[in-house]
This record gives sequence, structure tokens and C-alpha cells, in this order.
Amino acid sequence: MAAPLVLVVLVAVTVRAVLYRSSLAAFISERVEVASPLNAWKRVVEGLALLDLGVSPYSGAIFHETPLIIYLFHFLIEYAELVFMITDVLTAVALYLAIQDFNKVVFKKQKLLIELDKYAPDAAELIRTPMEMHYIPLKVALFYLLNPYTVMSCVAKSTCAINNTVIAFFILATIKGSAFLSAVFLALATYQSLYPLTLFAPALLYLLQRQFIPIKLKSKSFWLYTMQYAALYLCSLVVIICLSFFLLNSWDFIPSVYGFILSVPDLTPNIGLFWYFFAEMFEHFSLFFVCVFQINVFFYTIPLAIKLKEHPVFFMFVQIAIISIFKSYPTVGDIALYMAFLPVWSHLYRFLRNIFILSCVIIVCSLLFPVLWHLWIYAGSANSNFYYAITLTFNIGQILLISDYFYAFLRREYYLTHGLHLTRQDGTEAMLVLK
Amino acid sequence: MLAALLLLLLLAAGPGRAGAGRARRDALREELLLSPLPAGDVAATFQFRTRWDADLQRGAVSHYRLFPKALGRLVSALGVRELHLALTQGFWRTRAWGQPPLQAPAGAELWVWFQPTVTDVDKAWKELSNILSGIFCASLNFIDSTNTVTPTASFKPLGLANGTDHHLLRYAVLPREVVCTENLTPWKKLLPCGSKAGLAVLLKAERLFHSSYHSQAVHIRPVCRDASCLAVSWELRQTLTVVFDTFSSGQGKKDWSLFKMFSRTLTDACPLASQSKVYVDISPKNKEKELMEVTPPPASLHEAIVQGDKRTYAVYDLLSPSLFNTSRSLNVQLKWKRPQDSSELPTPILHAQRYVSGYGLQTGEISTLIYNTHPYRAFPVILLETVPWYLRLYVHTLTIITKGKENKPSYIHYQPAQDRRRPHLLEMLIQLPANSVTKITIQFERALLKWTEYTPDPNHGFYVSSSVLSALVPSVIAMKDVDVEQSPLFTSLFPSSDGSSYFVRLYTEPLLVNLPTPDFSMPYNVICLTCTVVAVCYGSFYNLLTRTFHVEEPSRGGLAKRLANIIRKFRGVPPL
Repeated sequence: MAAPLVLVVLVAVTVRAVLYRSSLAAFISERVEVASPLNAWKRVVEGLALLDLGVSPYSGAIFHETPLIIYLFHFLIEYAELVFMITDVLTAVALYLAIQDFNKVVFKKQKLLIELDKYAPDAAELIRTPMEMHYIPLKVALFYLLNPYTVMSCVAKSTCAINNTVIAFFILATIKGSAFLSAVFLALATYQSLYPLTLFAPALLYLLQRQFIPIKLKSKSFWLYTMQYAALYLCSLVVIICLSFFLLNSWDFIPSVYGFILSVPDLTPNIGLFWYFFAEMFEHFSLFFVCVFQINVFFYTIPLAIKLKEHPVFFMFVQIAIISIFKSYPTVGDIALYMAFLPVWSHLYRFLRNIFILSCVIIVCSLLFPVLWHLWIYAGSANSNFYYAITLTFNIGQILLISDYFYAFLRREYYLTHGLHLTRQDGTEAMLVLK
Repeated sequence: MLAALLLLLLLAAGPGRAGAGRARRDALREELLLSPLPAGDVAATFQFRTRWDADLQRGAVSHYRLFPKALGRLVSALGVRELHLALTQGFWRTRAWGQPPLQAPAGAELWVWFQPTVTDVDKAWKELSNILSGIFCASLNFIDSTNTVTPTASFKPLGLANGTDHHLLRYAVLPREVVCTENLTPWKKLLPCGSKAGLAVLLKAERLFHSSYHSQAVHIRPVCRDASCLAVSWELRQTLTVVFDTFSSGQGKKDWSLFKMFSRTLTDACPLASQSKVYVDISPKNKEKELMEVTPPPASLHEAIVQGDKRTYAVYDLLSPSLFNTSRSLNVQLKWKRPQDSSELPTPILHAQRYVSGYGLQTGEISTLIYNTHPYRAFPVILLETVPWYLRLYVHTLTIITKGKENKPSYIHYQPAQDRRRPHLLEMLIQLPANSVTKITIQFERALLKWTEYTPDPNHGFYVSSSVLSALVPSVIAMKDVDVEQSPLFTSLFPSSDGSSYFVRLYTEPLLVNLPTPDFSMPYNVICLTCTVVAVCYGSFYNLLTRTFHVEEPSRGGLAKRLANIIRKFRGVPPL
């Protein structure tokens, strides 16, 4: 399997290299869908220029990256393009290895459940075989590397790619079972963009499952392991934050990075829901709605953890998707990360209800974004409502896509345990409803 | 008994006499300078200078005579060391009109040095701008932290100063401020004679605002009382500069007179003034005399070196008894003997222009062009730019190019903006080589503001205040140190450090920049639609999380189904 992966990597690197050298690179860097105030490359360069001038990058409202990014790019600014290509490749390789391991785990669990007779006899066609799962890791790497969203994000040199790499390593470490590395990478991801905090729950559930610790609230070993993992995570976070303090000898970065993410002062248009909402908000209710929108990202975690405690990797997928949709400054790079997981659930295809319409919505909206932006900002013949409408439609498309996959997942689980051909009491064919 | 009464009388008279002996001496000098400009316009600069030998900072002063009480109380209560307020309408075209004697940027400009004893400078600044807003009927109360900066190099004290801690300086410009009669009236009220006598009778609003440039200013600063500088006096200068376009209003002739410009003539001097003079610039160009004729013939001529040029002025002293002998009023007139050759416009040594380039509402670029037309001398210039926070400057895109090569500034002070709190401040010291053009460009990004932060006319655009250029321009002719008391007021505005250069402060054009606007009619719709999207997610997830799959129970069907079955029975079609 290494050879096809290497081929895919080479193709991806070539595509990116070609785009870097073309005139499209400047155009893509300016796109608001790809570069947000949090991760635009222009702002990283500006922060480093301010540091050269002797002014703290956090004294203004331009630079919102963490000090570790300053550390990283202070030395690597000349090789920025290479850095971003390598991060993309690393993300793809990490996802490849993670999904390979995950497939093994899935197959083992399936075998165990078949031997325990948990599956219905006529659900045989739903059982997954190693043959069909063979190419999934490659497809995941392919989906990530050759996704137009990822390519654009890399060409624009958005630091979202670095965040994706850290999350991919976190997923790899979790699936391999290393609690320490998983905690460290999760701390790095949280340190950079705060929202991956919610991925603590799926990671914990997976590790508990792997250690065969039952998830019962009264169980002592459950709490022991949870405390251990939480302690590892919090300690790594504290260490990283203290290291950042020593860069500029000030805590200025905390309001500039985390205060910025949480209070959303910059209303630059992007593909998310926050900007226009707060541009048109009455000042009186601004704080209330900021809190509501931020809580919205975090509060799906507990219900999903209760419902999906047997399937933590699917939980992780849904959680990453919710972060990408509802975070305060989303970009297409965040979307590319959860879209890379779609081949893992390709066996759910037969249960998806609206996949055709949703893919059309997403593709058409992606194409309309630059068109309506141009009409608003450059041609002056449209106004902000047009771009806002496409934002709404795009987000609805994403939300329905995720809930469609969730529905399909739950439905397949039902069929596995109850059999595919359901009959009513009188023998006629039955319909399945959600009640 | 009589002795006791006498003693009592003496005691009573004592403080009075001693008080009279200690009486603060104040003096008023008024002056009008009329200079024909190269392009055919006429610039009239009024200056009213009140000098008061009192220390406003120490000791409660309660008896105000010529110095206006409103400003005196302000200086002593808020610990002001220097105050400069200018309200301007129009733009001084340096290229066409030459170097201005005292320029001010369009709108309202206020810069103040506070005393070192002031502990909370920002609070004092806020109070000061509010009080001045009331005194001058201008909206100076809009001066807040989003348009105030603390320059480090461009604004040094113009009066007495020992130590310059620039944390005591505040500078703000309101480029959108409009100047009108409402601002002129309180300004005139501060004059000792008001607008009833002296030169101020010419200040009639209906003529003054019918001009290309109108700037009225108030400058308060401490000065040395005498040559030994042991005591401090306070100087209040009120200046008003107005440029009339006599060419277009004079039916093609460039002759002008006081009556044509101001629709009034001078009848007498202000009785409270110790000096009241009118100067007319009759400097010959190209060494040719007899180009113009001034009537009535002046009593004396005054020669001075002003801004590196030797100039000749005709002087009319309103206090001399011989002036009003022939006629009751003085109407200075100037007639051109032959049409002036307007092709030879002398270019000023330092001039600048600024513009915004770029297209669309996302990004843009501010470019400043500075010209040094001196044939062989290079000199440095300090450029101060204040850009509002919603135009996000990127200092890594700052480029300075002179004669095709990059020109690195020797001093840069950059303070980035904070959203909704303070503006950008960029100060640079740039060396201008002789006979060169320097182009300074910096890129910016336009921010989307909250809908309540836009002005009622958002598509008009947002103003960026003028940038300030301060330089010591080398002068061709050596200048002597001027004695403030003896020389005309227009030569003693800026303190000169040495005789080889003179201080110039130039302002560039203010810029008008459009920002992208949200739709202002949409707040309710936006809230509804966005919350709908969030609710769609919440609803879908709620369903999937709280409900489970069940086999559908057969039901008898609803009313619609039964009706449909009845119709199908009639048609002979199998039922649902």
C-alpha cells in the first residue's frame, strides 16, 4: 500500500507546486473563504514584521496567532511553501495510518460481535469484509490531499493546515492507543484554536474502550483513567502556555488569541454564521448572542457522548464537523478535514437519504462564493445579503450532510441487530421510523 | 482719632495701590497680512495677539482684562501648557499658492501639551475637548480615544518648555467637521474689541465663507516675558486665514480691494490695541518693480526674510494719526499694471500630495508623494500618519522609494491600532535628497463595521485625516533671529533654531475611503435566518439523539387517507 500512497502524495505536491508558481496563488491568498483573520498568512508576515520593528505583535488587532507560530516561522519564513506542503503530506500520512489501524479495530470488533451472535441472521450483507476495507485508508489520504479545499488552503498558506496536522496526529495517537501522545497533541490543538477541547470526550471514550474499561459512572477504574488522561491533557496545556509566555515575556497573547476567538470583534466576512449576525446585532444583545453561539459549539458533546459511546471514532467525526461549521472564523481548510473521513463511512451509502441534493448544494455554493463576493465588493451590483445567503445555504448543506450520515449510521446499527428484512406482525413489509 | 482715620484710609488704599502696582500688564497687537498669491488669489491672514504678563498656573487669577476669561480658566483648571485649535474649511493648495504661513488640516485639529503636574492626561484631554466644544460651538466632543494619538516626534512645543515628555501631548483631528458662521461668532467674541472696532470689523461671515480656504485658529502658549526669560507670560494668538478667488469674482481682473473682498473698509483701530497694522505683500517678482500699484500709498515699507525669501511689505499703521487724514476709512486697493505672467509659478521647496488607490471594497493602498524641489540641498522630513482602526494597515507592505531606489527611514515609530479603541500611528523620519520625489505606499484592508457604527450616510465614505509633514527647510538667504516684540506677527509664529532654515508644517489632503456596508434594513431578518440555521442543526441532532428506530405500527389512517379510500372505491381502484 505504500506505493499508491507515494503516488498520491507526489501528485498532490505537484499540483500545489504548480499553483504556487502561477498567478492564482495571489488570488487564492486574498479569498476570505480560505483565509480568515485567525489564520491568514498575510497576518503572520505582519506579526513578524511588527516584531522586527520592536512592537509586540499582540499590541494591535492584526495578529491572532499563538506564540509558537511566531517561534516556528521566525526561522522557517523563507521555506514557507515547503512547510505547508509538508504539513499537508504529514496530515494525509497520519490519517492513512490512523484509518488503517481503525479498520483493524473495526474488523476485530465485528468478528467478536458475530461470534457472540449479536447480529441478526439476515444482516449478512451489511457485514464488512477486509476486501472492501482495503482501499479506504488510501481513499482517505486521497480525499484529503486532492480536495480542492485543501489545495486552496495550502496555496494560500493558511495556518489552518497546521491545525489540521496537529488534529490528525492526535487522531493517530488516539487510535494507536497512546494516551500521553494523544493528550499532548490535543493540548497543542486546543492551544492553537480552542475548539478541539471538545475532542477530549471522543478520545477518552476510545481509549477507555481500547483498555476494556467499561463506561459506568460508578466504576473506579473509569474515573481513575479519566483523571489520568485529564491530568496529562491539562499539564501539557499549562506547559505549552507557560512556554509561550517566555517568548515575549507577557501574557498579551491570551486576550489576543483566545479573547479574539471567543468575543468575535472582527466582522470580516467568511463562510460562517457569526459575521453578519453580529454586524446586524443590536448592541444591547451582543454579549448574550456571543455566549449563545459559543455554547452552541460545545454543548453537543455530552449528548453525543451518551448516544455514541460505543462508536467513538464516529463521534469524533461528528464533533470535528460541528466545530468546523460553528466555530467563530471557519474556513474551507476546516471543512477539508472532516470531509477526509467520508470514505471511512462509505458503507453507509445505501442509507443516505439526500446525498445527491446535498452534494449539489455544497458544490454550487462553493462555486457561488467567489462570484457573489465579486459582485458585492468589486462590481457593486449586489450587496452583502447575497453573500450572506450563500453562507446560510452552504452551512445548511453541511449540517444536513452530517445529520444524514448520522442517520445512516444509526439506521445501519438498527438493521445489524434487528435484521434487514423487517416484517410487521401480519407479515407485510415494515417501514422504519424515528420515534 | 484723625491719625487713626488716616491710617485706616492708608491701609484701605494700600492694597489697592499695591494691587495697581502689581496689575497684570496685557497688550494686544492686531495685524492683517494681505498677500497676492501666484495663481491670482489673495490670501488675507488676520492675527490678534494678546500677551498677558501673568502666571496662569500659579496663583488664582481673577481679574481678566484683554485675555478672555473662558480660555484663561481653561488653562489654569486643566493644567494646559500649550493649546492649538484650528477649524478649517478647504485645502491650501501648496503647489499653486506657495508655502502657507500657517497651515491647518481640513476639519478640526486640536493638539495640546499638558503640564507635568497633570496626573491623568486622558481625563484632562476629554474634559478639555468637551469644554472647547462648548466654547466654539464645534463638535469637538467627538474627540475620543479612537481619533487621538500621541505623536513622539512631529509636534514639539512652540512656546517655553523645559523637558518634553511626549506622554503629555495629545493630538486629534476631526476631518469631517464643517466650519461655518456658528464657529466664527464665538471666535470673534473672544477678541478684546469683538467685531466692533479695529481689524475685526472686516470679519463678516457672508464674505468670509465665500472663499476657497478659511481657517480660524486659537494658539495659547507660554512665552518669555523678556530677554532674560526669568518670568513667564501667556500669549494668545487668534489667527484667521482666508483665501479669496478674486480672479473669478472680479470679472477676469485680478485687481482687488478691501471693500471687494470683505464688503467693509477699515475705519479705526481697536482702542485696546497697542499696535494695529496692515501689511500688503508687494514683493517684486523677477526683480521688476512697478508691476503693481497699491493705493493709498503706504506710509512705510518693511522688508523681511520670510520662509527663505526676501519680501517687501507696504505698511499701514492704523494707530498713526496721519492715516485717516484724507479719508474717514481705509480701503487698501491693489491694481496690476500689466497682466501677470502666470506661467512662472514658483514651486515651493517642499510640497506633498496623498491619494488612495486600489479598486473594490476589500483592500486599498495609501500613497504619499513628497517633493523636494531644492536644487542642491537634502533635508529630512518627519511624516505623521493617523489612520482610523477600520482601515487595517499592513506595515510589512510599507515601501519608500526615492528616485527608483528604496529609501529606509532613519526613525520609525509605529503603533498598531486596536479595534474600536485607538487608531494607527505611523511616524517616520525620511531623508529627502535634493530635487527628488519620494513615494511612500502602504496597503490596507477595509473592515466591516457593526451596523450602528456607520454614519447616517455610509456610502459617502469615511475620512482619513491629513498626514502631517514637519521639516526644517533650508533657506537660500540667511535669516536673522527675530525679536518677537519688534517684528510683525507673521514672522514670529514658529521659533527658528538657526538662521539657515525655517520650520514648515504641511498637511496633505484628507482621504475619503468607502467601506463595505451591510444591509441596514435587515437586522431582524438576519437574526431570524441565522437562528433558523442553528435551529435546523439543533432539531436534526435532537431527533437523532433522543429518538430511536421503531417498526411502524399499522394505523387506520388519518382522515385524509379514509377520504382518499372512499374516492378510490368509487373509481374502482384498489385502496391505499
